[in-house]
Amino acid sequence: MDHSGRKSMQMNQFLTKIKISLKDFFTEVGEILLFAADTIRQFFVTPFEHKELLKQAYFIGNKTLPLITITGFIMGLVLTMQSRPVLVEFGAQSMLPGMIAISLVREIGPVLTALLCAGKISSGIGAELGAMKVTEQLDAMEVSATKPMKFVVATRVLATTLLVPVLVIYADAIGLIGTFFAVRIYDPISLTLFFNQAFDSLGFEDLIPATIKTFFFGFFIGLIGSYKGYKTSHGTESVGLSANSAVVTASLVIFIIDLLAVQITSLLFGL
Amino acid sequence: MEKVIEIRNLNKSFGDLEVLKGINLDLRRGENIAVLGGSGSGKSVLIKCIVGLIKPDTGEIKVLNQNLNDLDKNQLDELRQKVGYLFQGGALYDSMTVRENLEFPVRRTQTSNNKAEVDEMVHEVLESVGLLGAIDKMPAELSGGMKKRVGLARTLILKPEIILYDEPTTGLDPVTSGEISDLILKVQEKYNTSSIIITHDMKCAKQTANLLKLIVEGKFYAEGTFEELRTSEDNKVNAYFK
Ligand SMILES: Nc1ncnc2c1ncn2[C@@H]1O[C@H](COP(=O)(O)OP(=O)(O)O)[C@@H](O)[C@H]1O
Ligand SMILES: [Mg+2]
Repeated sequence: MDHSGRKSMQMNQFLTKIKISLKDFFTEVGEILLFAADTIRQFFVTPFEHKELLKQAYFIGNKTLPLITITGFIMGLVLTMQSRPVLVEFGAQSMLPGMIAISLVREIGPVLTALLCAGKISSGIGAELGAMKVTEQLDAMEVSATKPMKFVVATRVLATTLLVPVLVIYADAIGLIGTFFAVRIYDPISLTLFFNQAFDSLGFEDLIPATIKTFFFGFFIGLIGSYKGYKTSHGTESVGLSANSAVVTASLVIFIIDLLAVQITSLLFGL
Repeated sequence: MEKVIEIRNLNKSFGDLEVLKGINLDLRRGENIAVLGGSGSGKSVLIKCIVGLIKPDTGEIKVLNQNLNDLDKNQLDELRQKVGYLFQGGALYDSMTVRENLEFPVRRTQTSNNKAEVDEMVHEVLESVGLLGAIDKMPAELSGGMKKRVGLARTLILKPEIILYDEPTTGLDPVTSGEISDLILKVQEKYNTSSIIITHDMKCAKQTANLLKLIVEGKFYAEGTFEELRTSEDNKVNAYFK
């Protein structure tokens, strides 16, 4: 075989590989969308599983609150200390609370909380459902007509959808407290003045889109974890793989939603 | 006798792997069929097809005179309540106690949610499998044999007409295996069920089954009573009896 022949064969192999991974990618996207549709349908089927929902909500809060508290506080602190020198250079340090408040509420709070939840909750759900899949517990529910999509999946997804926005608001608040402490290091500002300055700069166009996107974050954090767990193949090592791949995929989806949210917000509000 | 399961020309492949190639099977009311076959020969896949956990590529499965291909999701769920499935490891819900494991299918499939009634059902099935004492234990505290018993109790609580057993005695010591085989017969008498029993355990097959069927390479290769297969000249068949 001559040189160019070998080259074109390599090229072909390369193209085939790309084709296969593209096909896998779109197959997975399609499957996730079908899974999402099935899950959403279960939200509206009575009776509601309020007991299981509360239990899941409790788990979520319990698992993430300490982490979010520490991270949120440090984020506020660090963000402020790093932004201050630039503002001081322009003599604009009085804008510090407002500026940090905007970046916390619009971006840092939601994305940081969502990523922490992806790490804690998506992986947790992925591992839990993965173990249930491998030990045939999900199959056992399925064949006894007890509807695991409703009892196991829909409750978890609903719990993350409702709870992540709450956690984000909490993270924002903690982040602002961190900001206050950082500002206090340099300026003897009072708490009231600080919060006045912070909230003055926040408008509905900051709060509403930022809150709406957190519901989507929450939905996909629960959904991706459940999907990966549900699709776990046999063998115990695959439980770990599912948990891992849940974190990666959920984080990716969070960034994509965030990107879309920025685009949509700027279209709607011209920001 | 009336047929409760009828399988015609069932085929199932996973990618390039052809697992089932033209399976035919009839289970009559009151009958127990033991299915033998090497591991990986598709025994579990076969019974998963019967409850619609795995969708066959081609072929027809009728359960209690209903063709699985014709059923929608709700109809399938209704039919599934009449078919018990005992998973190989028991598949107990490990976040729930034994009592909650048993209550779970009742509360979630039946309109009756009466506490006293459910309690009585739980006690009855647990007594049937001889584990009343374990009612408040978690699955992690149970031995392998006990898990299978609770799994069986959880199946029985929906009063199935057919029970599918996936290797009910595999991994158990001979004494416990014998107890489980006794239990299978006892359950059949008490609840009047028909069964398909997947097993490698010839003692269990001898004790529980009216008919033994052997899968080789995706097809039923031989069938007969225990004695017929045991005295067969064919090496593939009598290998199981050595
Ligand atoms: N859901 C599945 N996806 C892909 N392959 C499967 C699946 N279930 C079973 N198989 C394969 O089918 C073959 C038969 O499996 P199984 O019925 O579990 O064997 P056994 O007779 O030991 O119960 C095995 O090779 C197994 O790997
Ligand atoms: Mg098997």
